Amino acid sequence: MAKTVVKMKINGADVEALVEARTLLVHFLREQQNLTGTHIGCETSHCGACTVDMNGMSVKSCTVFAVQADGADIATIEGMANADGTLSVLQESFRQMHGLQCGYCTPGMIMRAHRLLKENPDPTEAEIRMGISGNLCRCTGYQNIVKAIQLAAAKLTGRTYVEAAE
Amino acid sequence: MNDMTPTRAEREAKLEGMGCKRKRVEDVRFTQGKGNYVDDIKLPGMLFGDMVRSPYGHARIKSIDTSKALKVPGVLAVITAKELKGVNLAWMPTLAGDVQMVLADGKVLFQNQEVAFVVATDRYTAADGVEAVDVDYEELPACCDPFKSMAPDAPVLREDIKDKKDGAHGPRKHYNHIFEWAVGDKTLTDAAFNKADVTIKELISYQRVHPSPLETCQCVASMDKIRGELTVWGTFQAPHVIRTVASLISTIPEHKIHIIAPDIGGGFGNKVGAYPGYICAIVASIVTGKPVKWVEDKIENLSSTSFARDYHMTAEIAATKDGKVTGLRVHVLADHGAFDACADPSKWPAGFFNIVTGSYDFPTAHLVVDGVYTNKPPGGVAYRCSFRVTEAAYCIERAMDILAKRLNMDPAELRLRNFIKREQFPYQSALGWEYDSGDYHTALNKGLEVVGYKQLRAEQAAKREAFRRGETREIMGIGVSFFTEIVGAGPSKNCDILGLAMFDACEIRIHPTGTAIARMGTKSQGQGHETTYAQIIATEIGIPADNIMVEEGNTDTAPYGLGTYGSRSTPVAGAAIAMAARKIKAKAQMIAAYQLEVHEDDLEWDIDGFRVKGLPEKSKSMKDLAWASYNRPPPGMEPGLEAVSYYDPPNMTYPFGAYICVMDVDVDTGEYKVRKFYALDDCGTRINPMIIEGQVHGGLTEAFAIAMGQELKYDERGNLTGGSLMDYFLPTAVETPHWTTDFTVTPSPHHPIGAKGVGESPNVGGVPAFSNAINDAFGFMGGTHINMPHDHWRNWEAAHKLGMHG
Repeated sequence: MAKTVVKMKINGADVEALVEARTLLVHFLREQQNLTGTHIGCETSHCGACTVDMNGMSVKSCTVFAVQADGADIATIEGMANADGTLSVLQESFRQMHGLQCGYCTPGMIMRAHRLLKENPDPTEAEIRMGISGNLCRCTGYQNIVKAIQLAAAKLTGRTYVEAAE
Repeated sequence: MNDMTPTRAEREAKLEGMGCKRKRVEDVRFTQGKGNYVDDIKLPGMLFGDMVRSPYGHARIKSIDTSKALKVPGVLAVITAKELKGVNLAWMPTLAGDVQMVLADGKVLFQNQEVAFVVATDRYTAADGVEAVDVDYEELPACCDPFKSMAPDAPVLREDIKDKKDGAHGPRKHYNHIFEWAVGDKTLTDAAFNKADVTIKELISYQRVHPSPLETCQCVASMDKIRGELTVWGTFQAPHVIRTVASLISTIPEHKIHIIAPDIGGGFGNKVGAYPGYICAIVASIVTGKPVKWVEDKIENLSSTSFARDYHMTAEIAATKDGKVTGLRVHVLADHGAFDACADPSKWPAGFFNIVTGSYDFPTAHLVVDGVYTNKPPGGVAYRCSFRVTEAAYCIERAMDILAKRLNMDPAELRLRNFIKREQFPYQSALGWEYDSGDYHTALNKGLEVVGYKQLRAEQAAKREAFRRGETREIMGIGVSFFTEIVGAGPSKNCDILGLAMFDACEIRIHPTGTAIARMGTKSQGQGHETTYAQIIATEIGIPADNIMVEEGNTDTAPYGLGTYGSRSTPVAGAAIAMAARKIKAKAQMIAAYQLEVHEDDLEWDIDGFRVKGLPEKSKSMKDLAWASYNRPPPGMEPGLEAVSYYDPPNMTYPFGAYICVMDVDVDTGEYKVRKFYALDDCGTRINPMIIEGQVHGGLTEAFAIAMGQELKYDERGNLTGGSLMDYFLPTAVETPHWTTDFTVTPSPHHPIGAKGVGESPNVGGVPAFSNAINDAFGFMGGTHINMPHDHWRNWEAAHKLGMHG
């Protein structure tokens, strides 16, 4: 099948590659770029395990063609840690609040939370729940994911985190 | 002692042992996307396999034409039953004593059944090949309703065994019958019903659902023909069992099979069984000489891998007029789909469903389970529960509520009146189990007090009056559920899988510098074993948990174990850990005695080492003793410090809990709001409270999904209506309620550390709590039972049938 050249920025680095027109962004990232942190859950845009950042928006990379990402600025979970290799505030908050179990939804969930907190640095619980409603988690029941995002929001805006009573 | 000497509390805290909320070691890699899941594996020259699946629920295959597919550039092979017959793998044995087609042999028996396996250079080309395979089907009448399976004119589903009078579990009554399993005393139970003041009888159905982990089932098979060795990386909850099964059904000796389960993206029972995709990937690797990856998509996962439940339970209770239960009679019609591929211990065709007497002191009970074939996928897996335990808990908890309503008694009061009392443990149940320990009255009374149960009932009564007066269109339900689980399978005297006793194992090696590796026969799918197992060892032998690496999932390095499902990791493997650690501690004590020049009996354990009784300054830490074991062991003693334990549990464990759900339902839209959900769990000794709470949250969310929305429904032709995430309800953060957790601690008397297991309790206890809340909400308008799932439409329908729409 004929191939097309695509150029994009992934986690700050310029990338140029040949892809089939039908190649999905998630397969491009995972199989051609070896960025396997972005996961595939449903391939029908329901679960959000494949969520990445594209030009400052959350997208489900299982329903974006790689050619649609030509010229785009992409961020994946591999680009989230601090420059010195330590966990970012958001990543550390997920760990602190036990916001993950099997880890399969986690990269997509963190990428979505990352964008959510850019869009709304001080979200209410309801806004967080709505904000991550495109990302399914089968393990945690979301309660601790919500807390993790609340903790990260507090840290990133210099507020004190107060855990809500159950 | 100077100021730098750590206090006892500091030494204890440094260990991060049992009881502390240790943060998970797994999370460092998972939060960075650095987990290693099966689909992340990439081997040189790796090919990709994809399935051709049946569009029909029941059809004869007239022909399969693979010629066009083989012409697609990049397609290397197409495997059908014909090719598999050449290697004697067209059919495979199931764990339940039946056989199952690997690829359709002459006919298909359920929609999306595996028909052919296309092998190509990449996943896109494999999908092209799947499109190009031409299968000619002749549709046959299907049977998807288990109540019609044994009708005289029902279609013959399994032609391969239609004349067989006996199945794996005794005589068969009909060509679509699999087994009948009877337990208990029929005569005594019939007598109890004959003289009962009050009896109730209800058909309670637990719909077909699916565990649906986020990651689907997948594998990479790689056959090294020169060495004659097969390596399979796969989503395996039970890697060693997979190795033995692979060896038994192939010609490859077991020592030349390497099974590796890397990180697993959730399992919930879905990843226990052996699926056709695994066999096909292995065969394809043998045929092509290249590694072959098979990854199913979500729709394939939902529609062909192990379903759960599909139990249709007729429950009867006999009782006195003041509410003392005197007998229980249950008949179950069990829909097993097209092949009996139930993943139960061999001797238990209906799992441990005979825990159906629940938490109550039934003097007598009788249970009959009939398993039947239908044109649906095989399975019947223990989806986040021990084998058929959630079905049993749902059955008895609904039935108790129905009895309470008949007696006009509060459902909590009825439960308190019939609980097994604390002093009755160990308790012999009427259906054959010995409950290890429990304190049910304390647990339920605590729950009732915390939620303000009396006030809630008063509020409900007021709301009902308001509804009757036409002042509100909202009704309120309070669901009480009290469950007793049976987990930790299990004792070799009654539990095996294909003849393998259901023990589990741990090997601990202490390194010279005082750090350690523990290797396990279990396999985490998100439970956090790497974190919690290390905590057990830390407490047992005084090495900080951070200095202990836990390794699972590699059959070459791990001791043989039966895997992780049925909440068996803590009850069985957790016990093996403690026993292996105690062997190490015993040897360390001998070394300490030699070094301190005292008798072993003069030593006592002190957090992280041994000290001489009465002379606390004379001591040896575990770190010192580790070095000494390699450097200067006592004369005559083998050097080194390691131990293996294979633990055969003397009994199951019986976790229990009290769950209370408060819900408001709009009778005009059927919408509901979960106002409060309170979950009190007693799982015995608590290893990591943070992880327990996380497990409970997750299990409750799955219970919520099952009770309020999930159903794999089939039409009369065998079409799955709603087999994608468009229809199949996996709740998001928006629908999911808030969870309030609580606990009591009643240790297991026979477990080395007193732990009982917790991961599945919330699913077992949660489902009846939700369903009881809905049934309680509508109960005042009449009726006895509304089946799950209680989605908005069904709630509206229930309101409509009860005349609530005027």
